[in-house]
Amino acid sequence: MKRLLTFIITVLTACGLLIIGSIHLQKNQHIQSDKILNLYNWGDYIDPQLIKKFERETGYHVNYETFDSNEAMFTKIKQGGTSYDLTVPSDYMIAKMKAAHLLIPLDKSKLHGLQNIDPRFMNLSFDPHNKYSIPYFWGTLGIIYNDKFIKPGTIQHWQQLWSPQYRNDIMLVDSARDIMGMSLISMGKSINTTNPATLEAAKQKLDKLSPNVKAIVSDEIKTDMAQNDAPLAVDWSGEASEMISDNPHLHYVVPSEGSNLWFDNLVIPKTAKHFKAIYAFLNFMLEPQNAAQNAEYVGYATPNKAALRLLPASVRNDKQFYPDLKTMNNLEVYKNLSPKDVELYNDLFLEFKMYNK
Amino acid sequence: MKNKYVQWLFNLPYLLWLALFVIIPLLLIFYYSFIDLNGHFTLANYATYFHSGTYLKMTFNSVWYAFLVTAIALLVSYPLAYFLHQTKHKQLWLLLVILPTWINLLLKAYAFIGIFGQNGSINTFLSLLGIGPKQILFTDFSFVFVATYIEIPFMVLPIFNNMEELNPSYINASRDLGATSWQTFIKVIWPLTLPGVKAGIQAVFIPSLSLFMLTRLIGGNRVITLGTAIEEHFLTTMNWGMGSTIGVVLILAMVLIMMITGEHHRKRR
Repeated sequence: MKRLLTFIITVLTACGLLIIGSIHLQKNQHIQSDKILNLYNWGDYIDPQLIKKFERETGYHVNYETFDSNEAMFTKIKQGGTSYDLTVPSDYMIAKMKAAHLLIPLDKSKLHGLQNIDPRFMNLSFDPHNKYSIPYFWGTLGIIYNDKFIKPGTIQHWQQLWSPQYRNDIMLVDSARDIMGMSLISMGKSINTTNPATLEAAKQKLDKLSPNVKAIVSDEIKTDMAQNDAPLAVDWSGEASEMISDNPHLHYVVPSEGSNLWFDNLVIPKTAKHFKAIYAFLNFMLEPQNAAQNAEYVGYATPNKAALRLLPASVRNDKQFYPDLKTMNNLEVYKNLSPKDVELYNDLFLEFKMYNK
Repeated sequence: MKNKYVQWLFNLPYLLWLALFVIIPLLLIFYYSFIDLNGHFTLANYATYFHSGTYLKMTFNSVWYAFLVTAIALLVSYPLAYFLHQTKHKQLWLLLVILPTWINLLLKAYAFIGIFGQNGSINTFLSLLGIGPKQILFTDFSFVFVATYIEIPFMVLPIFNNMEELNPSYINASRDLGATSWQTFIKVIWPLTLPGVKAGIQAVFIPSLSLFMLTRLIGGNRVITLGTAIEEHFLTTMNWGMGSTIGVVLILAMVLIMMITGEHHRKRR
């Protein structure tokens, strides 16, 4: 007993001393404690080199914290007790945060380079006149296939996933809105419908897909696809680009009949404190060179028109991630639904998951 | 008089602990289960639960999988505990059985993903035999297998401890009086180790009812239990009322299990 106690005390003292030492070191590095920026972002969603560059150029210190779902981020900011200066919600979540009075309007006079952003991605329904948000990345929902199992070019449309030849072959992303949306599009309906009868029909259509579904998961899709474990998956474009960089046999298709177009935008949450740092960072990220570097690292599509021109032609002309105009016109952005409708979507999705094989 | 105060003072931390971390959370769950999305008092959550085929089927699934896991764990653990009890280096073997519980559940789940995958060791072996790779991950089988594997130590321990407490003279007496090995087992060993079995069932069945991480990682969400639904209601739909309702149902189910497995215990005393 005595030996155990000695051991535990030794470990605690050693750790404590190390912590004190490291805090001391950090203090020496950043003399001004208010020159910081608290960035709350998705995991691995910015080039770390850019953060270093920003710190060097401006002298601000960036604290990078991550979240893994819009809902988790929303809850954390709403609960308070945090001091995040910038965060990156998706489209529908911006509308939701706005409705919950969690956002601070942008001061456009302090922003330089907003004209670099493609006007197609500005002034959208979830944030009219971009009062609160600046587009950061955008993407789509689509089909990823492995050319070891499926001949390139055969998969073009959502409807093909229902074909009996793909039995037990498809990995679906675990997201009610996206999978219900996929079914709705294949029926020629809007992905924002709240008509219970239409949604019920979409769910019944999904039940028919059930024999083809291998699993309904999230991040695991990346490993499985990269290891040639599954021939087909439905996932977001950014995930697809990551998979493709791991496994060149993979390809991404955005069906031309329509899909979801989503945005992740930079916003200032109510918890923000360091406004000088915020605008310095926003302007830094709007610079074409930086936006291009970030797009190359992250692999999602950049809304920065000037940055797009700086990207290599192979990226710029990649139909997979920058679809042609015809497809783009058929893409739809999610509207923020009422809690009741969100629940309807989720309940139907849960029923589909329970519909067994 | 003074003594009473002192006693109160010593009890206070425990009472506070109980109140803060057991009683108040339980009351909160109960309270939330009567609240709808708009914050009004309602019985609709319970009505939804007991009217919708989805939730009833989910309950059935949860109980069924928990039963399977418990039954298989018992089938494996009872003989295992018996042999452990008989072996020479008991403590060493017991340590080996308990060792996996020192490893984080998540890590074990990820290890199984590697083992069961298309290029995992099992499928490589099957390919060597000429059977070819089979889909193992994301099936009912893989879910039950991994869940059982994880729960086995919790079943072995109480049974083993019970066997250790068993006075060998009972067994000797049974033999002396002419009972066969089988009769000795049925009439002496099994009844005397029953409390351990019951404790094991409680320790396994109750957590198995609400397993939810494994349903996603190993079951690929092709196995849906009440735990999945609770997670969804708290994180995605933010309908805490419905999530709490499912929670209350689970708590009641657990109380029921405790009562069923605890009954005989009390009688004998």
